[in-house]
Amino acid sequence: MSFPHGSDLETTTRLSRHQGEAEARTLEGWRARGGYEALRRSLEMSPAEITEVVKASGLRGRGGAGFPTGLKWSFMPKDDGKPHYLCCNADESEPGAFKDREVIRWTPHLLIEGCLIASRAIGAEHAYIYVRGEFFEETQVLNAAVVEAYDNGLAGDGILGSSWSCDVTIHAGAGAYIAGEETGLMNSLMGNRAEPWAKPPFPAQAGAFGMPTTVNNVETLAAVPMILENGADWYRQWGSEESPGTKLWSCSGHLVRPGNYEFALGLPLSDIIFDACGGTPSGKPVKAVIPGGSSTAFLTGDELDCATTYEGLAEAGSALGTASPIVMDEDTDIVAAMRRIAQFYAHESCGQCVQCREGTSWVVRILQRIEAGDGRPADIDTLYELCEQMTGRTICVLADSVVFPLQSSLDKFRADYEARMKPTLVAAG
Amino acid sequence: MSRRIHPAVVGAQPFQLTARERFDGPIFETEEGKHRLEAALSRYPTKQAALLPMLGFVQSVKGWIEPADMVEVAEALDLTPAYVHSIATFYTMYNKHPVGRHFVQVCTNISCHLNRAEEVLHRFLAETGTREGEISDDGEFTVIEAECLGACGFATVVQVNDRYLEDVTPDRVPGIVENLRGGRDP
Repeated sequence: MSFPHGSDLETTTRLSRHQGEAEARTLEGWRARGGYEALRRSLEMSPAEITEVVKASGLRGRGGAGFPTGLKWSFMPKDDGKPHYLCCNADESEPGAFKDREVIRWTPHLLIEGCLIASRAIGAEHAYIYVRGEFFEETQVLNAAVVEAYDNGLAGDGILGSSWSCDVTIHAGAGAYIAGEETGLMNSLMGNRAEPWAKPPFPAQAGAFGMPTTVNNVETLAAVPMILENGADWYRQWGSEESPGTKLWSCSGHLVRPGNYEFALGLPLSDIIFDACGGTPSGKPVKAVIPGGSSTAFLTGDELDCATTYEGLAEAGSALGTASPIVMDEDTDIVAAMRRIAQFYAHESCGQCVQCREGTSWVVRILQRIEAGDGRPADIDTLYELCEQMTGRTICVLADSVVFPLQSSLDKFRADYEARMKPTLVAAG
Repeated sequence: MSRRIHPAVVGAQPFQLTARERFDGPIFETEEGKHRLEAALSRYPTKQAALLPMLGFVQSVKGWIEPADMVEVAEALDLTPAYVHSIATFYTMYNKHPVGRHFVQVCTNISCHLNRAEEVLHRFLAETGTREGEISDDGEFTVIEAECLGACGFATVVQVNDRYLEDVTPDRVPGIVENLRGGRDP
């Protein structure tokens, strides 16, 4: 287990402040830390008031897309007489990201509390927590907390003695990255293959079981109780206007101190990599960083001064994504790294869209031959062409997810690719 | 076959046969099978939504899902066997073939790749004397390459049955294999 981390950089542990404390896993321990007070408060508020606070806080979805959470909640219909559902996306599967796992295994009651408050805000009668199947040990911790919540009037009928009821169900995935896409998740929950569907219909119109549904990430929901307790202004003391609050950072790759950290949004990326994580174990310069999980664009070692906000990383030509920098030192074989990333997306493509199904596997085959030294002179152009054909033409963004790192690696590390090309035969004069 | 479970958590079970003996025979005729099915059906507005939980349950008591099990699940949920097959084959964690007593999955995705994951994988194959995906002659091991296990800061990550081993280096592999073989903590 990984807490606490030694770090020279000031961390702002709010959401993660009880991670690493085994007692926080039990209801008794959680209550001793002020747990479920935000839920109690939410019961005295109207759903619209809860949504308003979250909207004012500027909290953005932590699953990668960064959509404003309060706004998403406000899309849910009111008084439509239909059952509403909340889906908590705990299918953490973006290579590089491992932050939700820590929330689940250390502070399961925080997640349950967040789910309940969100359910109240959107009028949901049932919250489904979709946890990736591989997280069995983490799910055991969460299961115990859910049963405890039921046994103590915190889930099910008449929560905390009120007239409000909401069920919570743990639903395990079974190995499919695409189940982390919101419509894929809902399809999987319904007993289908986790194939995304084209929107509309949007989840708030017709989501799980054809009913209005909101899908929120674990970290997003875990941020809700503290926002409700302390208010929107409190949350806005950190970060920028467009990216308020604190954020969990999953740092991996060539680092002296890899692991999870929580920082106020907006620090320079280089501070996180060098001060918090101690730079590279080899002591060699950083060659590349993929800042937001494997589906975001490469930055070079010279581009790390950017601010770690949604807008800051977008300006730098990449994305905050899941805030999961994967760091590569000078000796890294970029072609091999890119091939490995592409292999993942080819494996996880659900196969509905030709551009993705065929495109991802062609990318892998071309990268494999370049890596093996059998590349052909036209291969780089072909890869660029594939990037163009795979962008914005599919039901979901899985195909785009391989384009971001691929295209940026071609732009920024072209020499690495060219160095692996088969020497061209020159006709003897 | 008489373990009871809270309906709220019926959708989550071990994916490998770790803590129990393999059960043979019709699952939904047992007391535990009936209880699980009933519990799952109580949590969703449709019968079909109980499919993943029930496939998971079958695997947790049988270790893998064979065609006859898919037929049984299909009958219990009013689905066609072909549909259940299409689901079981979509999700990678359902074992469509038996696996060794210790199912070793080595993540080789990007963060692990940067931390010698391929060497860890090859070391596991060498120490267990297997090729990827096959069961060792003594029935103890199956080793496969896995996609991201979601613990990238602890590379290389290896999942043995339902348990994660973190920060695995090639040098640690012989000891892990020896301990597993001897029935000890890896």
